[in-house]
Amino acid sequence: MRLSYYPGCSLHGTALDYDHSVKEICRRLDIDLVEIPDWNCCGASSAHMTDHEIGMRLPMRNLLLAQESGLDILVPCAACFQRLCAADKELRKNPEFWDIKDYSPSFKIIHISTLLSRPDILDRITAMTSRPLSNLTVACYYGCLSLRHPKITGAINHEMPESLENIVKAVGAKPVSWSHRTECCSGSLTMARPDIARKLVGDITDAAKRAGATAMVTDCPMCQANVESRQLDNGDDGRLLPVFFATELIAAALSGDYPQKQQKVHLITPDVLTNLFVSSNATREGSA
Amino acid sequence: MNTNVISPEMGNKKFLNKLESMKIDVHACYQCGRCSSGCPVSDFFDLKVMEVVRLASYGMEDILLNSKTIWLCAACETCATRCPNDIEIAGLMDVLRSLALRKGVTPAQPRVPVFHQSFLDSIKHWGRAYEIGMIAGYKLRSGDFLGDMKLGMSMFMKGKLSILPHSIKEKSEIKQIFSGKGKEYER
Repeated sequence: MRLSYYPGCSLHGTALDYDHSVKEICRRLDIDLVEIPDWNCCGASSAHMTDHEIGMRLPMRNLLLAQESGLDILVPCAACFQRLCAADKELRKNPEFWDIKDYSPSFKIIHISTLLSRPDILDRITAMTSRPLSNLTVACYYGCLSLRHPKITGAINHEMPESLENIVKAVGAKPVSWSHRTECCSGSLTMARPDIARKLVGDITDAAKRAGATAMVTDCPMCQANVESRQLDNGDDGRLLPVFFATELIAAALSGDYPQKQQKVHLITPDVLTNLFVSSNATREGSA
Repeated sequence: MNTNVISPEMGNKKFLNKLESMKIDVHACYQCGRCSSGCPVSDFFDLKVMEVVRLASYGMEDILLNSKTIWLCAACETCATRCPNDIEIAGLMDVLRSLALRKGVTPAQPRVPVFHQSFLDSIKHWGRAYEIGMIAGYKLRSGDFLGDMKLGMSMFMKGKLSILPHSIKEKSEIKQIFSGKGKEYER
């Protein structure tokens, strides 16, 4: 399989390790990723929230670049995915308005969890798992933008999605049933109103703990950064939940290794995963 | 204009026309309250989402542009997704924010648009987000020098914040997008 790849800014910055794990598992699954040449920022929430035209034209430039290869576009970031889908819908509907003569590419825009939760890919992931993550109890957390608005994202089951649960089950982890899977963590407000982010993140992590989770799993880089960092502010009761990327868990299960370099990118110590990879007699080191 | 009077007769027709042109059918609202009850940020709003929709259908532009709500909305799309009448409520919030900025209305939550502006400035400049530049821009403009310093340092130490900007090649194409010459400005 060959796909266009749109990493987006987060995966070249705060979520660099997400980019690495996406690439690693795609390599293992024989999925060729061709990065869209000279891609630009999709504008994320800030652009469309303050200026409709800029919010459309930024992602449109990427779609026009991707049109050249015509390959389906793989997008790991939920915000980028939503913005590219919105721009694609708008361009297909009304290309003339945006000064484009013809826009009818055959490509689809695919969010990473939609790809990874395909039954054939899940089977391959399970077959290739060298270290099942048994006893890892996780709360799968979707957040907003890979799901809503379903008219834009095309998400089915946007209130009760299952893709992340199916992915973590494929590597042997146990997803809990819980309430806040698609609640917003207010990532777009976290810098200007950290107090709001603390409240929303607190509600989400409390719910995950009530359901018995010892970690969270997401596919959104803003959720990952916001839920880990605002938990630290909340101080909590010493039971902080590390937030893993789904691809991070798959990479660990397939390779049979959870390298120290990866452990260290977490703001919250990922001991629950690290410990699975430490044999009983080995000494554990450095978990900052 | 007296911003305290709420009446359809006092409504701003140009504003209503704009919503109509964007297919945001605020008149379809029957005040069921699903939007307000599902909104995760509702606790912090001065106007509940259902109030925003009703005020919009009356054309009460001034009250809306001066509200905290338009800036505290996180654009999570829960309201629009659950609206039984398919009203593009999140799109309405986008329109209100951009109108407030274009009309120079003093934002009731100034730090929020300052954040958006700082983020967009880094894109305008480099074509991609440049976190450290954005954070510096936000801190300078908002005066919020101390907030999240510890978090910022720890993210930097973990290699999550790059010192150098990520620049694209065709920056002139991005400048063009930001030039304000777009079609929507003519309308």
